[in-house]
Amino acid sequence: MAHPIVKLVAQRLALGLLLLLAASVLIFTGTQILPGDVAQAILGQSATPETLANLREELGLNEPVVSRYFGWLFGVLQGDLGNALSNGQPIGPALGGRLANTLFLAGAAAVIAVPLAVLLGLVSVRYRNRWPDKAISAVTLATISVPEFLLGYIVIFFLAVQYRLLPSLSTVYDGMTLGERLYAIGLPVIVLVLAVLGHMMRMTRAAILNVMQSAYVETAELKGLRPFTIIARHAFPNAIAPIVNVVMINLAYLVVGVVVVEVVFVYPGMGQYLVDHVAKRDVPVVQACGLVFAGVYIGLNLMADIVSILANPRLRHPK
Amino acid sequence: MRDDVKPLLEIRDLVLEATSYPPGEPPKTVTLVQGVSVSVEKGKVLGLIGESGAGKSTIGLSSMAYGRGGVRITGGQVVVNGRDILKIGPGGLRKLRGKEVTYVAQSAAASFNPAKPLMEQVIETTLISGQMTKAQAEARAVDLFRQLGLPNPETIGKRFPHQVSGGQLQRVMTAMALCPKPDLVIFDEPTTALDVTTQIDVLAAIKRAIHETGVAALYITHDLAVVAQVADDIMVLRHGKTVEYGSVQQVIEEPREDYTRALVSVRSIDHAEKADAPALLSIRNVTARYKGTSFDVLKNVTVEVPAGQTLAIVGESGSGKSTLARVITGLLPASQGRITFDGRDLSSDLAGRSRDDLRELQMIYQMADVAMNPRQTVETIIGRPLEFYFGLQGEAKRKRVQELLDQIEMGRGFADRYPAELSGGQKQRVCIARALAAKPKLIICDEVTSALDPLVADGTLKLLLNLQAEEGVAYLFITHDLATVRAIADRIAVMFKGQVQRYGTKSDVLAPPFDAYTDLLLSSVPEMKLGWLEQVLETRRMEAAGN
Repeated sequence: MAHPIVKLVAQRLALGLLLLLAASVLIFTGTQILPGDVAQAILGQSATPETLANLREELGLNEPVVSRYFGWLFGVLQGDLGNALSNGQPIGPALGGRLANTLFLAGAAAVIAVPLAVLLGLVSVRYRNRWPDKAISAVTLATISVPEFLLGYIVIFFLAVQYRLLPSLSTVYDGMTLGERLYAIGLPVIVLVLAVLGHMMRMTRAAILNVMQSAYVETAELKGLRPFTIIARHAFPNAIAPIVNVVMINLAYLVVGVVVVEVVFVYPGMGQYLVDHVAKRDVPVVQACGLVFAGVYIGLNLMADIVSILANPRLRHPK
Repeated sequence: MRDDVKPLLEIRDLVLEATSYPPGEPPKTVTLVQGVSVSVEKGKVLGLIGESGAGKSTIGLSSMAYGRGGVRITGGQVVVNGRDILKIGPGGLRKLRGKEVTYVAQSAAASFNPAKPLMEQVIETTLISGQMTKAQAEARAVDLFRQLGLPNPETIGKRFPHQVSGGQLQRVMTAMALCPKPDLVIFDEPTTALDVTTQIDVLAAIKRAIHETGVAALYITHDLAVVAQVADDIMVLRHGKTVEYGSVQQVIEEPREDYTRALVSVRSIDHAEKADAPALLSIRNVTARYKGTSFDVLKNVTVEVPAGQTLAIVGESGSGKSTLARVITGLLPASQGRITFDGRDLSSDLAGRSRDDLRELQMIYQMADVAMNPRQTVETIIGRPLEFYFGLQGEAKRKRVQELLDQIEMGRGFADRYPAELSGGQKQRVCIARALAAKPKLIICDEVTSALDPLVADGTLKLLLNLQAEEGVAYLFITHDLATVRAIADRIAVMFKGQVQRYGTKSDVLAPPFDAYTDLLLSSVPEMKLGWLEQVLETRRMEAAGN
């Protein structure tokens, strides 16, 4: 007898895979209609009509779009992301290293940002419309509103230049210890935390305030519970689904949207990798990056869905 | 009340205020309760009774120094166990609430945290106060579950609120209130949301628990017949003031005030059953189920509404009575069966019905306030069917709206009001006028008086009867309330689990011999007399023993 949750989760997984397939079509067509010609970009000044035609033939650019798509898709399914046009190297290993770096940066930022945002949300509800709430709102709104590159330069100016606490360049290389790595990414982590904190904190606050209107919160008040106990024990568990959704969107942003921060701190992550290869018209790399980003987005949203399902007692404990 | 016994709860000259924010005007302070004094001794039950807005819940909550939704305690004293709890501060109140004084809410289903198992919530305050270990508290809770007659007392605490029925939740909430051994429990309409056959069990369980634990209680309700079964003293409230305060015997049997007398003798409508008439609506062998389910909500239902008369469909929640209304209106097409209306077949699907089919079959709902657009005036609301069906415009429409308002006895000065500016009874009258505007032959009334106070409900029923006499309109009256049925019906269909259990003229249906379900239903309706509850339970016990 399958638990209804198993069915729901399986459904979501199947939908997620379908969505990823759709995303792969979009990415492929998207890169086909990009302006510019790869052969032209590779050959640059030395291009003659013959060399261009030869190179196109060599790269398979003359084949029909559909057959190229399926060729690419089957390669991807077998773990072969193809070779970069610019240097002829396989994309997989290079991308893997970059992705690991990006996930490390995003993970470090998430480990700080998510608990902090939820805690600040709880505190805001506890002191709603009083000064702690207003102060938290003002500060987090301010940090959201400042563009990330500016935030980056501000923290570089204070923490790297004025007080010399953290390095302004986040160079990482093989053989660094975990501590060294964490030290190196200190500044970008701070910027990323400030960038996503406000959104998560405000959604936590709103979701819990919504639940605070419920009759069972009044019951808890009439039980003489401490205000923070009421919020944490009776309101928060019922607000998990909306909170998890916004948390996951922000985590996805941490992976996908860090281009600017990586550039500012010269961090060797996915963002930089993607930007470099867009400039070189290196279509296979752009496609591979797009697919990984889509996978991360869909995966995290899927996770949000699954957590929301698991957080619902009616689904977890059917009648 | 003797002087030598010190009361457990003493409220003196209580004044409660709130701030209201009327649209377009500066905020103003409203006095909700003015100068009410109450005294409850240890082990006694005081019933607070009144209509909605009388201030009974607000007074009840003030004995925990709690103001719901911005209500402020601005005057008087609330003395619990010898100290004025208005002066003990937030820390002192935390010790009082949930330990010395506990609360049982009207809707236990909404008052339990859906994310936690019941046991955790039941013993929460008992653990916080440190009077028992977890094992002791759980043992006490299980004892209370057993005392309150809950099924599987050992394991029910592991369940989540949505896994337990409404009547059981109400008892679990009572156990939650009794678990920390409080001195005073506030019961705020604890049986109002329950079906009548469930109400009697919960009422008996609460009464027994109060008796066995020796706790004092405030019992808040709008139903005098219910409070007569559990209270020692009764206070009748109206508009935030005390109308009458005395022993239960005196208030029920010799009420001093006119208002109390009206409450005691409510539902005094005497409606003589009309002679049989040809059927206006006839429903034959109708079976229906909701999309995506494999369960028939209606099974082979056959009933008729005679022209110009009233068929009352009576049953408890889940009996399929509202589904029947959906099938008749075409919102839920029947899977089998036939509906004929005024001599013609009605399409089972809404899309297949003519405009006249729609016009001649109108509906009035339980919740009048959500059945009207809050941004439209009364004139627009009533005028809409006049435009839609008869093409009335301008002066002609305005005149007809006023005629309808006169018919529902609201008169002048209401046409340009918004629903929010009307009382509950007035809102329901506007809905009646809107239905009448279409000149229907049949109006389906779905629990139209259930959300109204008894006296207002009475007035609304009288109005419906008068309109029937004037306009010759037939009603299909869906209700769970047998008193309403007695007041208005010509024919009755008793529904149970999607089937018609008993059907016929009022005099036939309400006369013995009864089938088992109808008997249970009829005998569960609280009567306005002392000792009724014990009498019914005793009869049932003897019948059970005899079987």
